[in-house]
Amino acid sequence: MINSTPHLEVRQLTMAYGESIIQTQLNFSVQHGEIFVIMGGSGCGKSTLLRHLIGLMEPAEGKILVNGIDLWQASLEERNLLTRNSGVLFQGGALWSSMTLGENIELLLTEHTKLNKKQIQEVISYKLSLVGLSRYTDYYPSEISGGMRKRAGLARAMALDPDILFFDEPSAGLDPISSRDLDDLILELRDSLGATIVIVSHELASIFAVGDNSIFLDPTEKTIIASGSPKHLLESSTDPRVIQFLTRMN
Amino acid sequence: MTVSTSKKYRLVAVDSGACLQLSGNWLFSSGIPDNSALLQELVSLQPNTLSFDCQQLKNWDTGLMTFLTGLITSCHQHKIEVIKESLPDGIQTLLRLSFAVTERRSQRRTVLGQPVLTKIGNVTIEMHRNWSDMLAFIGDVFFALLNFMRRRAQFRLSDLFFQIEAAGPSALFIVTLISVLVGMILAFVGAVQLRLFGAEIFIANLVGLGMAREMGAMMTAIIMAGRTGAAYAALLGTMQVNEEIDALKTIAVSPIEFLVLPRLIALLITMPLLCIYADFMGIIGGGIVSATMLDISFFQYFQQIQGFVGLSHFVIGIIKAAIFGLLIATAGCFRGLQCGRSASAVGFAATSAVVTSIVLIIVADAIITVLCQVLGV
Repeated sequence: MINSTPHLEVRQLTMAYGESIIQTQLNFSVQHGEIFVIMGGSGCGKSTLLRHLIGLMEPAEGKILVNGIDLWQASLEERNLLTRNSGVLFQGGALWSSMTLGENIELLLTEHTKLNKKQIQEVISYKLSLVGLSRYTDYYPSEISGGMRKRAGLARAMALDPDILFFDEPSAGLDPISSRDLDDLILELRDSLGATIVIVSHELASIFAVGDNSIFLDPTEKTIIASGSPKHLLESSTDPRVIQFLTRMN
Repeated sequence: MTVSTSKKYRLVAVDSGACLQLSGNWLFSSGIPDNSALLQELVSLQPNTLSFDCQQLKNWDTGLMTFLTGLITSCHQHKIEVIKESLPDGIQTLLRLSFAVTERRSQRRTVLGQPVLTKIGNVTIEMHRNWSDMLAFIGDVFFALLNFMRRRAQFRLSDLFFQIEAAGPSALFIVTLISVLVGMILAFVGAVQLRLFGAEIFIANLVGLGMAREMGAMMTAIIMAGRTGAAYAALLGTMQVNEEIDALKTIAVSPIEFLVLPRLIALLITMPLLCIYADFMGIIGGGIVSATMLDISFFQYFQQIQGFVGLSHFVIGIIKAAIFGLLIATAGCFRGLQCGRSASAVGFAATSAVVTSIVLIIVADAIITVLCQVLGV
C-alpha cells in the first residue's frame, strides 16, 4: 500500500539564533523513498535546517512533522521511536573518538535492541562490510582516513536500519572518486533499503547524481527561492541565483 | 603643471582632471609611501577625474595596491572619478576584486568601542544566562543520578572504571608531592611560632588538624580541579566541536547520563579516597620536619596526633572532599558541554572550568566550615 502521508513535512518553519533570523516561511515535504537535497550557497542555513529536522534545534516558529507526528509535540516514547527510525551522517563523521568503529555501532545496538553480544558482533561486521570497512572494526576513528571516517559514520547511521537518513555534506572534503563512490553507495542503499534520504549539499556533481527532489535556500531572501528536481531546476529555472549556482560547474 | 610630487609619484593637472604619474619600484618590502599629502592636494585641486600614467612604473606588489586602494576610496568619497583603465591590466583586475564586495563596517565586532554601561549590561545578561544554564544542568544531573539509582541510566560500566582509574591512581603522584610539601610547610610555619613558647610538640596537633579538616581535602580538590576538571571540559568541548555530542542526542542517548554521570561518580568515589591519602601524606610531611628540625621523634609525633585529632575531624575532611568532587565534575562537564564550536572555545571552556571549580570549592568550604561551627562539630 502506498503511504500518502509525507515522510517529512515542514510547515511555516522559521529558524533563528536568538534575535537573528536565518530562514523563514519554509514549507516543503519529503516523500517516502525519495532522495531530497537541501542546497544553497555557504552560510545560507542548510546545516541549521538539518539540525532542525533531526531535532537538535527547536524551531522559532512552525512545525516539523515526521510521519505526521510533530517532532516537538511528540511524547517521549514517540520521540524515541522517531529517533530510533532515523540515522544521521554528520559532516565530519562525528564518530565517538574514544570508541573503536565497532563500538561506535555497538552503542546504538545495545541501547535500542535486545540482541545478545554475538548477534551484535555479527551486525557490526555486516554494517561495516556494507561500507567496505569490515577489516577496521577495532580501529579508532583517529587511525583511519577522512573518507573512511565518512563511510564509518554512514555505517553507524544505518546501524538500526532507519527509515530516514540525514546526510550533512557527505561529499565535503572527499576527492572526486571517493565522492562518486559515496554517491553510488547512497543510491544503492536507497534502492536496496527503500529509505528516505535527506542530503544537505552544495556539491553540484552529487546533487545531480542522486537528487530526486530539492529546495534552494537563499541567504538574502532568507527563504526557499526554488524547489523541484535538480535537473528540472537546471533546465527550467529562470531565477539568476539558481542558474548561477547550478551552472557554475560549467 | 606639477601639483604634488614624491620620489615615486607626481600629481599633474591636465585639462579638467588630474594625472598621477607612477614611477620606479613599488614593493611593500621597502615600505608604502604616505599618501596623506597627495590626498590633501587632490581635495584642494578638486579635479573631475583622476587618471594614471604608468610608463615609468617598474616592479609593483601589494605596496602599490594598498596605496591605490586608499587613494581610490578617498576619491570616491570626494566624488572624483577614477579612470582605472589607464592602469596596467593586472592592477585593474586586483582592484576589481578588492572593490567587488564593499566592507560592511556594521559586521565588525565592536566590543572594544562599547560604552561601559553597555559592557556591564552585556556581562550581566551573560551571567544571568550562565546561571540559568547551570541550574538547568544541575537539574539534568539530578535526574540522571535518579536514573542511575534506579539502574536505568544509559552509560557503560567500562567508562566508569576508566574514569575512576584516570581520576584516582593516576593522580597519586601529584597528590603525594603536593600533600607532603603542604604538611612540611604547615610544620615549618608552626615551628617558628611554637618554638618561642617551647611548645614544639603541638606541631603535631597543628599539622594533623590542618590536614584532616582543611588542607587534605582542599589541596586534593585544587589539584583535581586543575588536572581532572580541566580535562573533562577540554574533552567534552572537543566532542562538542566534532559534533560527537550531537551524534549522541540523535540516537536518543542522553549526554548527561552517558558522559557526565561516569565522571561525576568517578570523582565522588576517588576524591574521598585521595583525601584520606593526602591527609596521611601531609601528616608524614609534617613528621619529617618535626623529626629533623624539632627533635620530635616520629613515635611522639604520631602519638600526639592520635591523642588530639579524632576521627570526626577526618570524617569532616572526607565529606568535604566528596562535595568538592561533585563540584569539580559538575563544573568541568558543564563548561565542556557549554563549549562553542571552535578551538579557542575549547581552551576557554578548560580555563573557565578550573576557575569555576576553584570558586565553588572555596565557597563550599566556607559554608561547610561555618555549618560545622554552628553545629559544634
